[in-house]
Amino acid sequence: MRFETAAAPHLPVQASVPRLMRRVLWALAPAAAAHLWFFGPGLAFNLTVAVVTALAAEALMLRLRGRPLGPGLADGSAVLAAVLLAFALPPLTPWWITATGSAFAMIVAKHLYGGLGYNVFNPAMAGYAVVLVSFPGQLALWSVAAPGGLAPPALDVGQTLAFTLTGRLPDAVTLDAITQATPLDAMRSGLAQLQTLSEIRAVAPFGGPGEQAWLWINGLIALGGLWLLWTRAIRWHIPVAMLATLALLSAVAAAIDGDRFPGPFLQLFSGAALIGAFFIATDPVSAATTRLGRLIYGSGIGALVFAIRSWGGYPDGVAFAVLLMNLVVPLLDRHTRSRPFGT
Amino acid sequence: MSVVLEGDGRLAGGLVLPARKAQSASLPIAETPLPAELIYPLGADAGGDTEPAVRLGEHVLGDQPLVRARDGQPVLVHAASSGRVVAIEPRPVAGGEALCIVIEVDGRDERLACTPPNEALLRDSETLEATLAAAGLAGLGGAGFATGAKLAAAQRQGLRALLINVAECEPYLSCDDRLLRERAPAVVAGTRAMLTLTGCPAAVFVLEDDKPEALAALEAAIGQCPDATALSIVTVPTIYPSGGERQLIALVTGEHVPAEGYPPDIGYLCHNAGTAAALATYLETGRPLTRRIVTVTGGGVAQPRNLDVRLGTPIAELIRVCGGYRPEVARLIVGGAMTGRAIACDEVPVTRSTHGVIAATAAELGNRGETVACIRCGECAEHCPAGLSPQLLHGATRRQDDTGLADLGLFACIECGCCDLVCPSHIPLTEQFRVAKRRVWLGEMERERARLAEARYAAREHRLAQRLAEREAALERRRRAARDPAASSAAIADILRRARGDNDPGSRDA
Ligand code: SF4
Ligand code: SF4
Repeated sequence: MRFETAAAPHLPVQASVPRLMRRVLWALAPAAAAHLWFFGPGLAFNLTVAVVTALAAEALMLRLRGRPLGPGLADGSAVLAAVLLAFALPPLTPWWITATGSAFAMIVAKHLYGGLGYNVFNPAMAGYAVVLVSFPGQLALWSVAAPGGLAPPALDVGQTLAFTLTGRLPDAVTLDAITQATPLDAMRSGLAQLQTLSEIRAVAPFGGPGEQAWLWINGLIALGGLWLLWTRAIRWHIPVAMLATLALLSAVAAAIDGDRFPGPFLQLFSGAALIGAFFIATDPVSAATTRLGRLIYGSGIGALVFAIRSWGGYPDGVAFAVLLMNLVVPLLDRHTRSRPFGT
Repeated sequence: MSVVLEGDGRLAGGLVLPARKAQSASLPIAETPLPAELIYPLGADAGGDTEPAVRLGEHVLGDQPLVRARDGQPVLVHAASSGRVVAIEPRPVAGGEALCIVIEVDGRDERLACTPPNEALLRDSETLEATLAAAGLAGLGGAGFATGAKLAAAQRQGLRALLINVAECEPYLSCDDRLLRERAPAVVAGTRAMLTLTGCPAAVFVLEDDKPEALAALEAAIGQCPDATALSIVTVPTIYPSGGERQLIALVTGEHVPAEGYPPDIGYLCHNAGTAAALATYLETGRPLTRRIVTVTGGGVAQPRNLDVRLGTPIAELIRVCGGYRPEVARLIVGGAMTGRAIACDEVPVTRSTHGVIAATAAELGNRGETVACIRCGECAEHCPAGLSPQLLHGATRRQDDTGLADLGLFACIECGCCDLVCPSHIPLTEQFRVAKRRVWLGEMERERARLAEARYAAREHRLAQRLAEREAALERRRRAARDPAASSAAIADILRRARGDNDPGSRDA
């Protein structure tokens, strides 16, 4: 009797890339639901445009590079990058901006660097950074939070679609009426006008649904993140290092000057810190891969987020912090190797 | 007990695996009938190289050595029964082909007369090493290191504790479990003999915590001993690879064997339970090792169980004893599921290190799926029991960066297979590391050979030049002697002295 041979180990593998990506996508679902609830159907359109563009771009690049389409499209990495980009964009983003970001993420950030596994930069954040720098005006507008309501001042499904596709608003609706600064944005411009934090926090978006929306979304993001930790889809080093660094720095700064620096709670729960920590910085390909390296990588992102938010030109800064730390990864890999047993 | 156990019982890395032991562990060990042919591979064995000590057509008796040392002090191989040498030819073995001595069994099962060794003589480490190598004793746990050499090293260096490895952490295998359940007194006797031989004060039996019957049998056997205080039992969690030598020592003692060293360097020695039992048998009877217990299991064999097998028995025979294959059989593995080798045909013989034969079905093997690029998730490093970063090693193997590989600790890799199973990209990491090790080793050997050849060449050149110079000097002397009568008579005296056999180094060629 003849048998086929194969190399050990002779047991089923316990993980797969598509399964991993699917798990991360599931972990984002509750936050997506909250997002839709508070900010209307904008996210759904962003998601659709981003995912369709990403898959098309992925297919195109795989074809150009002579790779099989099936596994590349099915591994879920393109979808995940598109979803993260969609989350980063405001709900009322014109479709061509979303498509540009998504295509850039796939074509330049991912495939020109060699495809999944070789990309130096986090594709979603590279795509987001490019459109943020190119179209700062459009990306500064965030929908007004209107819990559960598609009624005015929020746009309904048809109106949102029309705005996304054509940029046209219904008659008698002004852009001002349907948009509102994000908390971080409001803080930034308020501080620029030399208001104190307590003054800033006395008016919208604080105190109302605007603040609530971010709390809910970020709370659900954190839950999804904890579930990922629990199921070992991600490891704790990056999120904990990033969040702890950001919290620590903001606590110190707030203690020194409470009028100018928001405390840890606001820092963690009002912007992209949590989604950044659990879903973006943990993108394994562009992150450091050793334990110590990941701790440094995470801390670096946390510190950069704090610096950009406090003194930089953008209200948030997660994207730039991640991209900057991406650059340091080869160095971290080289200098933070684990110690082999018995040495 | 004099040994302090400070291990926290936690393995760095490792993996919880499906046990799959129940199917083979429930039945008692069965005797395998005498096969028609016994097959013994030659070649590099633990401790050195061997060559056949028998001729084609020669009649051999059971327990008769079939090989002798060609180089070093190899562990010898003995006929497991009487018969005629019908072939000395390449035959399939695990991992390819090897020159084998094939014995056609005559069925009379006649054996050489053997006498137990004089244990007093074994107190000398060289005698110990040589005696046990000649008795065919090597580790039965899978690695197959020479038992005598290990004990001799321990005897020389002195031990704090002897660890008897009954972790049996690989899935499927249950031969050590059954051995303890049925023959615990032999294991204990062998362990006590090891203590006596090495002068070691204490022995610790290490079991994974999934073997209650074996534990009970062992406790009972220890209870029967007069010096029971020197013997203790530690259970460790069932996590693969707790039974890896270095991992076991760290688990139990909290100490790490230096990467470049061996357990005796830090005062410990690890032996497999089967090896201890084999030593006991040898010391009692003087008979060399010609049998072992093999777990024959997997969904592809009709009745999985443990067999007491004569070394040299073809695996086909074991399968036959276990009721033959089931139609679902997909792969035949010699050894364990994590580290064993898949073989292409069942004519491969059982050797000392064959602790298992697994006839696995496609369902048990799973579908590995496409290999994609490393996504740097680091799971391999989280699970590596050797503390390595397989993802970085993987990068270095792709670049064939041998210095990088060495820096990253390639040679600390125990080829356990954990990284493979957790890799979401389905990269055959372990196989890559195996191949890389071989490549680096071959490269080193090649360089060493080149260096030796160069040194030999240089030495030869030097010798030739020297000889030429000497010859010229001698010619010159003779020429001068021809001109000078005094020198000429000195030369004659010199020749006479040499003829008488005086030793005058001054006048001799170097
Ligand atoms: S095979 Fe080697 S590298 Fe992989 S987990 Fe085991 S020891 Fe680590
Ligand atoms: S487990 Fe596989 S994919 Fe993950 S880092 Fe290791 S080699 Fe890369």
